[in-house]
Amino acid sequence: MSEGHSTYTPKTGIERWFDARMPLPRLVYDSFVAYPVPRNLNYAWTFGGILSIMLVAQILTGIVLAMHYTADTNLAFGSVEKIMRDVNSGWLLRYLHSNGASFFFVAVYIHIFRGLYYGSYKAPRELLWILGCIIYLLMMATGFMGYVLPWGQMSFWGATVITGFFSAIPLVGDWIQQLLLGGFAVDNPTLNRFFSLHYLLPFMIAGVVVLHVWALHVVGQSNPTGIEVKSKTDTVAFTPYATIKDAFGMIVFLFVFAYFVFYLPNYLGHPDNYTVANPLKTPAHIVPEWYFLPFYAILRAITFNVGPINSKLGGVLCMFGAIAMLFLVPWLDTSKVRSAVYRPWYKLFFWLFVVDAILLGWLGSQPAEGSYVFMAQMATLFYFAFFLIVLPVLGLIETPRRLPNSITEAVLEKNKGGGGHPAGATAAPETKG
Amino acid sequence: MSATDTQDPNRRDFLYVATGMAAVVGAGAFAWPFIDQMRPDASTLALASVEVDVASLTPGMSLIVKWRGKPVVVRNRTEQEMKDGEAVKLADLKDPIARNANLPADAPATDANRTTPGKEAWMVMVQVCTHLGCIPLGQEGDFGGWFCPCHGSQYDTAGRIRKGPAPENMAVPVFKFISDTKILIG
Repeated sequence: MSEGHSTYTPKTGIERWFDARMPLPRLVYDSFVAYPVPRNLNYAWTFGGILSIMLVAQILTGIVLAMHYTADTNLAFGSVEKIMRDVNSGWLLRYLHSNGASFFFVAVYIHIFRGLYYGSYKAPRELLWILGCIIYLLMMATGFMGYVLPWGQMSFWGATVITGFFSAIPLVGDWIQQLLLGGFAVDNPTLNRFFSLHYLLPFMIAGVVVLHVWALHVVGQSNPTGIEVKSKTDTVAFTPYATIKDAFGMIVFLFVFAYFVFYLPNYLGHPDNYTVANPLKTPAHIVPEWYFLPFYAILRAITFNVGPINSKLGGVLCMFGAIAMLFLVPWLDTSKVRSAVYRPWYKLFFWLFVVDAILLGWLGSQPAEGSYVFMAQMATLFYFAFFLIVLPVLGLIETPRRLPNSITEAVLEKNKGGGGHPAGATAAPETKG
Repeated sequence: MSATDTQDPNRRDFLYVATGMAAVVGAGAFAWPFIDQMRPDASTLALASVEVDVASLTPGMSLIVKWRGKPVVVRNRTEQEMKDGEAVKLADLKDPIARNANLPADAPATDANRTTPGKEAWMVMVQVCTHLGCIPLGQEGDFGGWFCPCHGSQYDTAGRIRKGPAPENMAVPVFKFISDTKILIG
């Protein structure tokens, strides 16, 4: 869509001067003002903007926190408490940062599920999707290392368990684990390198976000119908339509975020992390941050050996495999129709998958005993079946509903059916033109 | 330009290959210190042996010492615990190898092979779960040995994995009794 020629015309002398030397204003105008977006985007499409603002917020609060934090096993826990008690507004900055990580993941999960529901990953948006998966991986690495920094019990034991994954790799596993830890157990060298990398990775995320947005602007946004933009009446200008809608979505999202920061700041954390790390005592019940729980449940579900693969390696393979599935989605889904709106069976399985993911998350928070283990095994089975069986097979056997000829037709059809709109509704972007 | 310059291989080909080789070797040599610095440093590797006085341990008591940053349990097992350990058939074990650093690598995981000759009551063992490195809790679980709270691995009274995701028996470090009441670990 960016193939269309630029409509930017510099008005002032300064703009003309810049345009001839480094056309940054032209790039901004073409990307965020004149850029055509499908007229039927719903609020699920506002999470890209929300994620951008969360990344910026995390980097800002993180840089300030680093000014007061000390990455040393003897001092780290105390320095975080100092931020909470002594540093002016330190409590607010830390709560913004720790809850910000959670809300970053809330937004990314909605963003990913939106992509799965509307088939946003299908050609020509495979690379856009994969860049998003890479961002998600980097986010997980950043979130994990950030959680280690306060050096509480969950920090320490979470780091022990997660670096333990690598010891499952045959032959070189122990060597790699020692390379990551800088020793035989999680200790000062580990904390130091995690702090360094926790500072680095968000900037790498920002770099991949630029590629993600670039790819988005080449292929254009998908939309709830999944039909490509065919004519000018299918789109509206990014500004003011998408800008205002995104801004409204952000404000609502930030209200919920602020509620947690001010009223439930530790709700998403774990009380054990307010106990200083003790290498000789594992807490009675180790759980990772909530955003890792579904994968944690999959890891623990593999309690049996399969041929030469022992249960430990099997669990680690399944856990990484669960994430790898996302990368393969563009090629696993064989359906020619993008949006679940027109795929009755896929819609059903999509919601079953959402329920399954939430169930896995809940199981991940429960102890690995008794019937929980069996439930986790069944939920893991469905998780993989969704990607490896449902996606490929459904595309071949499902009869999709009739697709509208264009986005415009879909919008007009919907409005005709609704009827009796208040007068103000005509100002909505989807009814323009 | 002389005629020799256009023959294959000519001086330019040589320069291409030589430059490429230098770049590859240079990049590798430059990358190595960045990987090398991540390995355990000299202070971490300087592993001291630990001497433990176990005179105060009556049967049924344990103590834990820190060795190489990891907890090592010394347990004076009860008669019942020893009997339970000896009663287990090798075929019932998930990991049939002793994992005892004082014995050959393929020694079977009998109760005796998990301890040291003449001191069969004494378990000396790195109390780290072989799954993902948590510290199991002592004298808990279905087998009266150790139970890992992280992912539910259960070990018997000789520290052998019996149930759950852990793949191996807990490791027995290099140790010896230097007197009746003193153990040297490492």
